[in-house]
Order: sequence, then structure tokens, then C-alpha cells
Amino acid sequence: MTCRLNQGGVIDRSKPLNFTFNGKPLTGYAGDTLASALLANNIHFVTRSIKLRRPRGIMGRGPEEPNALLQIGEGPSTLADQRATQVMLTEGMNARSINGWPSLEHDLLSALSLGSKLMPVGFYYKTFMGPKGWWERYEKLIRPIAGMGLTPDGPDPDLYEKRDLHCDVMIVGGGPAGLAAAASLIGTGLRVVLAHEQALWGGGLLASRTQLNGQPANAWLEETLAALHAAENIQLLPSTSVFGHYDHHFLGAIERVREQRPNAPIRERFWKIRCQRLILAAGAIERPIVLPNNDRPGIMTAFAVRESIERYAVLPGKQAVVFTNNDSAYATARCLLDAGAQVTVVDSRASAGTAAKAMLPEQTTVIYNAKVCDTTGKKRISGVTVRQTDGTFTRMDCDLLALSGGWNPSVHLHSHASGKLQWDEALATFVPQNDLAGVRAIGAMAGAFDFATALTQGSEVAREFATELGSKAGTDLSLPEVSHAEPGPSQLQPLWRVAGKGPAFVDMQNDVKATDIELALREGYRSIEHVKRYGILGFGTDQGKFGNIIGLGIVGELINKHPTEIGTTTYRPAWTPVTFGALVGPDTGELFEPIRQTPMHEWHVQAGAVFEDVGQWKRARYYPKAGEDMDAAVARECLATQKGVGVLDYSTLGKIEIHGPDAITLLERVYTNNWQKLGIGRCRYGLMLDENGMVMDDGVTARLGEQHYLMYTSTGGAARVLSWMEQWLQTEWPDLEVYLTSVTDAWGTISLAGPKSRELLESIGTDINLSTEQFPFMSLRTGAVNGVPARVQRVSFSGEMSFEVSVPANEAAELWAMVMRKGEAFGATPYGTEAMHVLRAEKGFIIVGQDTDGSISPLDLGMEGMISARKDCLGKRSLMRSELQRPDRPQWVGLRPKDPTKVLPEGAQLIEDPAAKPPVAMQGWVTSSYFAPRLGHAFALGFVNGGRARHGESLYAWDADAGVIPVEITQPVQYDPEGGRQRD
Amino acid sequence: MGRLWMNTVPQRWHIDMLMITCPWCGPRDESEFTYGGEANIERPTDPEALDDAAWADYLFMRSNPKGWHEEQWCHAHGCRRWFKAERHTVSYAIRRTWPMDEESS
Ligand SMILES: [Zn+2]
Repeated sequence: MTCRLNQGGVIDRSKPLNFTFNGKPLTGYAGDTLASALLANNIHFVTRSIKLRRPRGIMGRGPEEPNALLQIGEGPSTLADQRATQVMLTEGMNARSINGWPSLEHDLLSALSLGSKLMPVGFYYKTFMGPKGWWERYEKLIRPIAGMGLTPDGPDPDLYEKRDLHCDVMIVGGGPAGLAAAASLIGTGLRVVLAHEQALWGGGLLASRTQLNGQPANAWLEETLAALHAAENIQLLPSTSVFGHYDHHFLGAIERVREQRPNAPIRERFWKIRCQRLILAAGAIERPIVLPNNDRPGIMTAFAVRESIERYAVLPGKQAVVFTNNDSAYATARCLLDAGAQVTVVDSRASAGTAAKAMLPEQTTVIYNAKVCDTTGKKRISGVTVRQTDGTFTRMDCDLLALSGGWNPSVHLHSHASGKLQWDEALATFVPQNDLAGVRAIGAMAGAFDFATALTQGSEVAREFATELGSKAGTDLSLPEVSHAEPGPSQLQPLWRVAGKGPAFVDMQNDVKATDIELALREGYRSIEHVKRYGILGFGTDQGKFGNIIGLGIVGELINKHPTEIGTTTYRPAWTPVTFGALVGPDTGELFEPIRQTPMHEWHVQAGAVFEDVGQWKRARYYPKAGEDMDAAVARECLATQKGVGVLDYSTLGKIEIHGPDAITLLERVYTNNWQKLGIGRCRYGLMLDENGMVMDDGVTARLGEQHYLMYTSTGGAARVLSWMEQWLQTEWPDLEVYLTSVTDAWGTISLAGPKSRELLESIGTDINLSTEQFPFMSLRTGAVNGVPARVQRVSFSGEMSFEVSVPANEAAELWAMVMRKGEAFGATPYGTEAMHVLRAEKGFIIVGQDTDGSISPLDLGMEGMISARKDCLGKRSLMRSELQRPDRPQWVGLRPKDPTKVLPEGAQLIEDPAAKPPVAMQGWVTSSYFAPRLGHAFALGFVNGGRARHGESLYAWDADAGVIPVEITQPVQYDPEGGRQRD
Repeated sequence: MGRLWMNTVPQRWHIDMLMITCPWCGPRDESEFTYGGEANIERPTDPEALDDAAWADYLFMRSNPKGWHEEQWCHAHGCRRWFKAERHTVSYAIRRTWPMDEESS
């Protein structure tokens, strides 16, 4: 049975659209929402309520819809909880109910009526507050029931985009007020953006018979939109929900791109909007009247019924009861009559306003001083009971109940930015105080429900803002003359709820009843914020757009206070749910974070390297041969450096060039040690502290020229060290003439480590004399290697003789390949970061960030010899504090497991007595731990309280998984403590 | 009411924090900047001459006012220059930015 009217509406009857609902094929038209298309097919019953499993129907017309939250689409692009009232119908759409198991019609859980017993009011509080363990018991029962739809079963296949937008005047809302404001700014030269939540412009005009300049409103709409489209200074954003208004005129909005262009490559666009002036014309939402059994399918707000008929040409019922406490619902009664329905008006007031009365023919049944006090019907309303003040009850059949309890301005975007609200007695609701500088709410959002006032407000605020922004006058806009307007919510008499038997729902989405609010008050809650949380009122996707003000009114009645004494709840973003995908935009998968690869990356891939992430870098961790696990590969790589030559891609090391006459002064101030006597061509290890005296980075710096240095930092510390030195130079030492340049990516670095490293480098060909006499340990030479300019450094992180060869990044891959080819004769073996870590651990070298954590001083590391007595440096004064001088501070030690095969877990605690009862005093902890192939046994590094004086003592490493492992404290350096191998 | 209203908060529209005016580049998105704490904290010229309390004062003690506050900011994802800004700690409004080496008034 179709409920579509033969004429009228702004749908396109020439474009039928096929869709399915719960598998049933149906048809709608272009211009329909999913909700209007369902109603056109006489489908009201779309879901069951989450807790009580009661049949529910489409109730609202926009973001306030509490019931018609549907699952749309399949697989990875499926969307849960889509408000059918806001989803534009598209060809082939597949929509399903979310609650209802095994099916909507035959719900097993409603038959058992489990829901209400399981979840009384305050359920979440009572459950989570204890007794302990209750949640686990409930969860098994609740999970299958309390579904709010299905999540996608794969990565989102759609594309999203993020855009910044700066404008002079931002207008939110494309109804008459917003359109008039925008039109008044045409030609001002101001950059104006007008966003509208719906696909179609016009707002309330689309459901109205109002005439503008003696014509249907459509004519004015078309003319105005044509002018706005033509205006160079106006940007229109239809299908765009402004979801949040933040500090300083910053707004977030989501544009549903495919509503306007179905084949657009991106689904949604996230706009970050900054404006000088903000005009809010977000409209208002009609609120129902709460009454017993007010949740049956076929019960809608009066305006939803009116819009259904006027905009979508759908008659949602043939036998209607309109129940109201104000004048606005009379227009609904009139259009129901005109569409051929039978109508009875039940009005709680003694009489309606003149304009309202004039809407209806004389013979229409209007019952004053009356309230609908109950309803009947199962999956569709079948009748109502009307109680008059004289005590008489009348029972009447109906298939539609239209409710109007007044209108709530959509104040959210004003409230988000801490705008104040004030109570409007005539409307019995909150309106914005318009107290935010540069922000103005107008139209229905400001409580102005007649189009003439809305148009005037739009035009006036536009002119005011244009003048403030110093713009030229816009094109002269004459406002249209308004006639045949429907009455607004005038002569309203507050009526929050009708007493009686049967559940009266305040918040449909969470099944919160008026009696639940009573219970919350009985249990002692008074603040509306507490009542709201206790009863989960307004916690659904609708965020109380229907229920919050009604809840406030009911609380006020119950405790006999004016609503303003109770206060309103704080409205926070988002106005409507926002797709995570849109917020993330394209920054996902490979684009989530930049990936940095060294020039030789492809070689490592070809060699079957296993990679690890070090910051943004991809570094080869080890190169397993067939049949090797990580331990075997790492052991082989380590031993190669001892016997032949190991080859490491060291390109990721941070490199900062320091130029200028005061370069040396900078080094003296940021490093703990002396730099005055470092000769050109020489290198020195440096330790960098923060002002608190804690180690923040270490590395080798080489002197390249008189006023030219090259500082190496740790891979992860490169950016931090550069920023750190820049900050000091710019903020504290502007008198120093020093220039810092990051050259990390400009050079590719290959480290050759091992007794055969010199021979290998010679075989490749270099004009640098590699003899120890000409090129001693801790020096740097420039020259040519394999015919390309190179910087070669003799430093060692492995304990073996090493040559670190840096060449321009573009040459590095070729040099690497050459090294590996020529290296075959020398047993050259590529080694990764894992072997590098093991080798340096055997030498007792720290890795900043692994062994240190920002609370380790050079004294703790036993590096007091690195601190120059001759000069000050950053952090030095802090080392003099008594706390840092304590002899029992954690100190850097080696740890040798008594079982040489037992590798301690990194992070394990060190204790004295494994049998002690908790709490056990901690003696220290493990920071690095490996099987050390060059030593032939397991070995670890870590910190022990006063550890330097405790070499030889025994402790126990304790770890939840590994258990207790006895260890001996040793000095940190285990491999070649005299350093002969690296100096060779 | 459900929340406290700060009547003393200055809300002049043209001073904001979500846009910060770099003295060299002009107004830019706040996300391009990093914060560097209170401005005008001078590093002592001879730290070793200070007792622990005086050193701790330099190291840790900050004015932390409710109101206008002179701060250091860096246009980290832009010109990388440090500058000073006067920011309101309640409204987050920034009413002035100026180069490091200029006087604050
Ligand atoms: Zn800048």
C-alpha cells in the first residue's frame, strides 16, 4: 500500500529509486529521505527499543530522530545507526533494522521481556559501582541484546578529505534566516560561507505554504539561490553538518559530498573553519508531549507529519489525532485534512489562537481542555484515550498521532562555545543570550518562528557585521513580503507529560521513562546533570534533542522548581555523530605517518632483511639466512664483525652541521666536556644534558674546519637536539653567530666494522690514507671513496676497528652494492640494528632512550670524567644538588646471569631476596639484555642502587613471566675493556 | 546552571589562539606552532654562584597567572623562529606577538 500523494512535494517523480528494507524490495523517489520513502511504503515500525524491545517507529524529521537508526549497506562500508530521517535515499540502498532478533517482527527477547528486568534505571551506575564482578555476569546476557548495529568487517574502502577554510562571515543554516543573511552579503567583497545540513536549501520553507511576494516560497528560494551561486564572494556548502563550535570562532563541519555528487571520489569532507563573524541560523526542533505508551509506531511530531505531507508528498496516516499545547500543530491538522485524512485535534488549552483556528474548517473536531492519556496498538498505533478536564474519557481509533509540545531552538552551536542561554517563558524553553562576541543566533534558533522576522534578522545581522568588518555596501536586497504563513508555537501552555498508567518515555533511544526520573529524584539526585547521568537521559545518538528539555520540565514539576533553577545540561560537540574516517581524512595506512627509508633500503629488502621502526625510519634489524631465527642471525652478524667485517647502514644517524665563529662556544655550552682543543679532522664523544642535569642525547662531533663542525646525534634524537640548540640560540644566546643545518638526509652512511674493514675500504678505492698513523682512531678525513666525495670517520660503536663512510645520499646505494661485492673476499656481512645493539652492550655503551629515561644523570652513568670543571654547560649546576650526589642513587652496571644461557627480560626488577614478601624493595632494573656472542654468555645492562661499589655482589632479577634469575653485578664494559681493538 | 560562567574572560573576536600571528609569517594555524613556556626567564650567568634554592627558582618556579601571560612560542612548522606572545590563560586569546629581541612593551 502506498501512502504517496499524487501531487505536491519537492520529490522527483520521474526518478524512482529502488531500495530494500529488511530484505523487502521497495521504491521511493529522488528527493526522499530513507524515512520518507519508508513512510511512503506505509512502514512506520522500523526497530525495537534497545532495552525493552518495544516496537518503535519513525518519530522525528532530522537529527533528533531517536528510533529510526538503521544499518545501511554491507561489508566494510556498512554504516550503523544511520538516522533514516537524515539519510538521502539512493538507488540500491540496503537498509536494515538494528534491534530485533531473530527478526524485527518476531523478537525473541521481547517475548521473554528480559530487558526491563535486566536494566533498571541507574543500571550503569549500580552495575559499575559494584559489587565487583557483576559486570562480567551481566555482560554475557547483555552483549547480544544491547546491539547498536554492526561495525564494518574490513577497512573503510571510502576516501575522505580534510580542508581548512578561512572566511569573514560564516553562516550556519540554509533556512530563510540564513539565506537572507547570505543574500545580504552578496557583493560586499567579504568572503562568506553558508553551510546547510540538508541536501536541499530552504529549511522550514520546504514544509510551508507561506507565500513570498505573493508566490509560493519556491520561487523566492530559486531566485535567491541563483543569486548566491552567481556571487563570487559566497561559498555554498549544502549537505554539510557543522558539528562543533569551538573557541575563537573555530568550527568543524562534515560535508557529505556524495549527496550532491553521487560519483564523487570522496565520501565525506571534514572542514576546519575559522571565521571573523558567525551567524547561527540552525533552526529549532519540535518536542513531543510525554504520555503513557507514547512510543508506538505511528506516533510522530506534528512537524514531522507536516513535512512528510508538504515536502515528500507522503500521508503517514489516514485517521489522525493531533495533540498539542500550542498553535503550530494546527498547520499539521490542516495539511492532513487537505491530503484526505480524518483529523481530530486534542488541545490541552482552553482555546487556540485566532490564526490557529483560522487554519481549520469549522466542522473540524477540536477538543479543548483535553489530553491524550493513553494509546493502543502493537506494531502500529490503533487508538488513543482522551481525557477531558471534566473527567470524561473518550476512546477513539486512529493510525497516526501527531504531537506538539512546543519547540526547542537548536542552541547547541551557541552553547558549544560557552554561550549563555536564557529561558523564554512564552516558548517554555532555552534560547541563546547572544552574548558571544562576533556571534549571533537568529531565526527559529533565536526563538523567532515567523518567517518575516527570520528574514529581517538575517538581513540586519548581515549588514551589521559587514559594517563592523569595514566592507562596502552589498547589492541592495529587498526582503520578500510574507503572507499565508502558518502560526508558530504561540500561546503555548507548558505541558511536559500526561499522567496515567503505562510507560511514558522521555528518551526513546535509551528507554528512559518519566517514572525513571521520579526514581532518580527519590534516590536523592537533584542536579539535572546527575539525573541525566544516573538515568542515561539524552545519552544516545540524539543527545537528548527530544528529551532534555522535557526531562528538565518534569524534574521541575516534581520538585516544584522553575526550570531555570534546575539549569540545563551542557551541550557539547558533536551536534550529530561524526564519521571517524572524515576526521582522519587521508592520514591512514601508509599515509598515517611519513615513512623514512635510507638510500640502501631496496638492497635490504632484496636481502630479506627484517625491518624495525626507529622513529619514522625503517631500519634493517637483521638479515636471516635460510633456516635462521633471529638469535642465530644476530649471533652470526655479531661474530662477523669480530672476525672479518660487518657492514651496517648507519644513514639514519642524525647529522647537524654547525657553522660560524661561535660554533665552538655553542658546543661548550651544550656539551658537558671540553671542545677548545679539538683539532681540525678530529672527533670527540659528547654528552648533552637538559637543564635538570639529565642525559638527553649523546654522539660524536667532528671538526671539519676552523668554524665548521659536524654533530652526530642518536637516530631518534636528531630533531629534538636541533630544536633544543635552536631554542637556546634564539631565546637565550642571540649574540652567538652560529648556524645549524640538518643534513641527516643529505648523506648516506655505511659503517664497516671489524679487523678487515681497512682492507675492504682500500679495495674499494680511496685517496684517503687509512693507516693508523695518518688516520688515527677518533678522527675524520674527507676525500674520495669509489670516486665520490666522502667523509670517513674512525669511531666505533661496536668495539671493533671501524670506518664510517658517508657519501652524498644519491651515491650511497651504489657504494653499498660495491661494498658488498668487494666485501665477499673479506667475509663482509651486513648486520642490522639488533646486532648493533648487542655489540655496543658488550662495550657498555648506553643507548639514550633505551638505557636512560630522562631521570639518569652522567653521575649515575659513571661519566663524571666527561664533565669539564673549567666551564659551565647546560645542566651542570643541577648535578651539584644533593639529591644527584647521593651515593645510593641507581648506577649503571653490567649484570651477568649466573646461568650463562639465561637472557634476562628487559625491564625485569632487581631484588635482594626472592623469598621476601611483597612489598619488596627494588634494588634496580634491567635496561638492555642479550645473549652476547663475542662474550659467549648472556649479558645485561641496567641500574643498581649504589651499583658501582657493588661489583661482584649477587642479586636476583625478577619478572612476572620469567620468574627469578640470579645475577652478578659487574662493570658495564665486558668486551675489550682496554679498547685496543677499536684503536688498532 | 550546569556550569560556571567566566564573566571576566575577554572575548574580543580579533584576538585568538587558534590562529597565531607569527611576527615573520603572519597569521597561521595554531597547529604549526610549539609552546616554549614563560618568557623572560633569564638563565643565570654564573649558575655555580647560586645556592640550590636560587637555582631551583630559575629551574622550576613560574608565575602561572590567571590572566595575561608572556610566553615563548616557536613557528616550528614554518619559519622555525622563536618569538614572544602575550596569551590569556583563561580565554587562550593571544593579543600580541613580537620578535624575541624586541622589548615587550
Ligand atoms: Zn613564521
